[in-house]
Amino acid sequence: MWGWSNAPDPAADTGWTNAPARKGFFTDGSVCIGCKACEVACKEWNGIPEDGLQLLGMSYDNTGGLGASTWRHVAFIEQPRRSVGTDGLTPLPMVAATSDQNTRDGGAETGIRWLMSSDVCKHCTHAACLDVCPTGALLRTEFGTVVVQDDICNGCGYCIPACPFGVIDRRDGPVGARNVGIAQKCTLCYDRLRDDMTPACAQACPTQSIQFGDLDELRVRAQDRVDTLHAAGVTDARLYLADPNDGIGGAGAFFLLLDEPEVYGLPPDPVVTTRDLPAMWRTAAIAGATLVAGAAAAFVRARS
Amino acid sequence: MVPPATFTSYYGRPIVKASPWKSDIPAYLFLGGLAAASSLLAAGADLSNRPELRRVARIGALAGGAAGTVALIHDLGKPTRFLNMMRTAKPTSPMSVGTWILTTFMPMASLAGAAEVAALLPFRIPIAGRLLDIGARPAGLLAAAVAPGLASYTGVLLTDTATPAWHAAKRELPLIFVASAAAAAGGLGMAGAPVGQATPARRMAVGGAALALVMEQRMERSMGLSAETLHSGKAQRLFNASRALSIGGAVGTIVLGSRNRAAAAVCGAALFVGSACMRFAVFEAGQASARDPRYTVIPQREGLRS
Repeated sequence: MWGWSNAPDPAADTGWTNAPARKGFFTDGSVCIGCKACEVACKEWNGIPEDGLQLLGMSYDNTGGLGASTWRHVAFIEQPRRSVGTDGLTPLPMVAATSDQNTRDGGAETGIRWLMSSDVCKHCTHAACLDVCPTGALLRTEFGTVVVQDDICNGCGYCIPACPFGVIDRRDGPVGARNVGIAQKCTLCYDRLRDDMTPACAQACPTQSIQFGDLDELRVRAQDRVDTLHAAGVTDARLYLADPNDGIGGAGAFFLLLDEPEVYGLPPDPVVTTRDLPAMWRTAAIAGATLVAGAAAAFVRARS
Repeated sequence: MVPPATFTSYYGRPIVKASPWKSDIPAYLFLGGLAAASSLLAAGADLSNRPELRRVARIGALAGGAAGTVALIHDLGKPTRFLNMMRTAKPTSPMSVGTWILTTFMPMASLAGAAEVAALLPFRIPIAGRLLDIGARPAGLLAAAVAPGLASYTGVLLTDTATPAWHAAKRELPLIFVASAAAAAGGLGMAGAPVGQATPARRMAVGGAALALVMEQRMERSMGLSAETLHSGKAQRLFNASRALSIGGAVGTIVLGSRNRAAAAVCGAALFVGSACMRFAVFEAGQASARDPRYTVIPQREGLRS
């Protein structure tokens, strides 16, 4: 029921036979240029309604975060940059903050570096939203992804506080508009996957910051990329959610980040809440037994 | 342990999302608990021949359960699809488990409660009235059999989330909820039954209130940083009101509860409202802890360092 294996295969564990290789995203923040093509392509392909047009005062981010009607979100972080190169050229921003040359040059704040990364549903190996869904509306697909069945969800909202990343949400809007009142999130373009197509965001990404493919292959590719960046002096580069031994059993959609996860609005050590559920049920059983014992004791030798 | 003064976030925005639940859900947490503990009180009153205590407790179980069910359905994003809860049964979903507990409880509690309501009518209902008389005891006992589940699962419902203040209370919350349920049901019994029959109700009320107060102290220690959310804003006002009403109600019950029906009713009402305030306080604390990224980031960072 709460199967934790070292090499989890969520599709097979769910009961799919002859499932295709697990699919996922590797989102490489070191090459994201913040064009938001992924956000637009996602909205276009999935027919997602507009969900607020306002200026948020958060660098170039006026999207804010993932939600019922935002399934890709590009984060923009402006950080102080220590210096520019002595040759007068501006080095690549992510290199500038860490390279030996810049450290030697004294570290005076002469500008900013931009961190950009496109966030998305993580399609967790151990998915809390799916575990807690009482209707079975949330489904593990043959690709190992997690999808809401729009015609089943009754909008109970339980998946929303269960998600350790704050991804899924209930769509607000006028009654009768499409999927209002039910939980919505990235489907990893389930419809496109079934036709052997690349998800819309990855298809639209002009820098291959969003890479789609078989998860096993993506993990190898991502490790190569980190090694390359480390060799180039970008020691900040790290993979996030690529480890199958982390608190969610690794993600189907994982990331290469250039700073701590919380800088990008991601939890530093996410854990699927249902990992503790057996212990919580035991606590509830003790509580229930206490109630019965207490009620019985209340009647013992009570005069009437 | 001194929490770090600073932490990083993305423009101070929340990381986890607060539940979309409105006051329907904390109201249900209270009403479901009230119904569950009332059905246990009713079963005891039935078996020990305390008809007036049995009446108020059975009606409390019926009314609490019915109002709670309405609140649950009202809270859904698609209320017309509430029956979709019954397409499946999932032990990994406390809400699914709770649905089946409530589905078992409600018909039983309704039958037992209906028998009490029918007995209050100035006329006898021909055939159904007789059936109610026969069915009331077995139905009431069956409701009492699932009541421990109904009173305790709601604790797991909240703690099985990424909401920091709820998840951090996972070792205490189910026990607090059953204790609070006992206090509410006992309080209702004290208000609705003559003092001569209400001894078990008073014991249940005082015992429940005392256990809840003790466990709340332990819960605050377990919660660590997120315990702050119980001490600010709306949650603080509700939590303080809950403690004052519970302590006052329990002390009043011990001193005056067996002497004076009016005093017993006032103390019972205090315990009843105190229990409701506690549910709302815990709910609001969780919502606040989800809205502020510090309660997500700082404990996770500390966990990584240790």
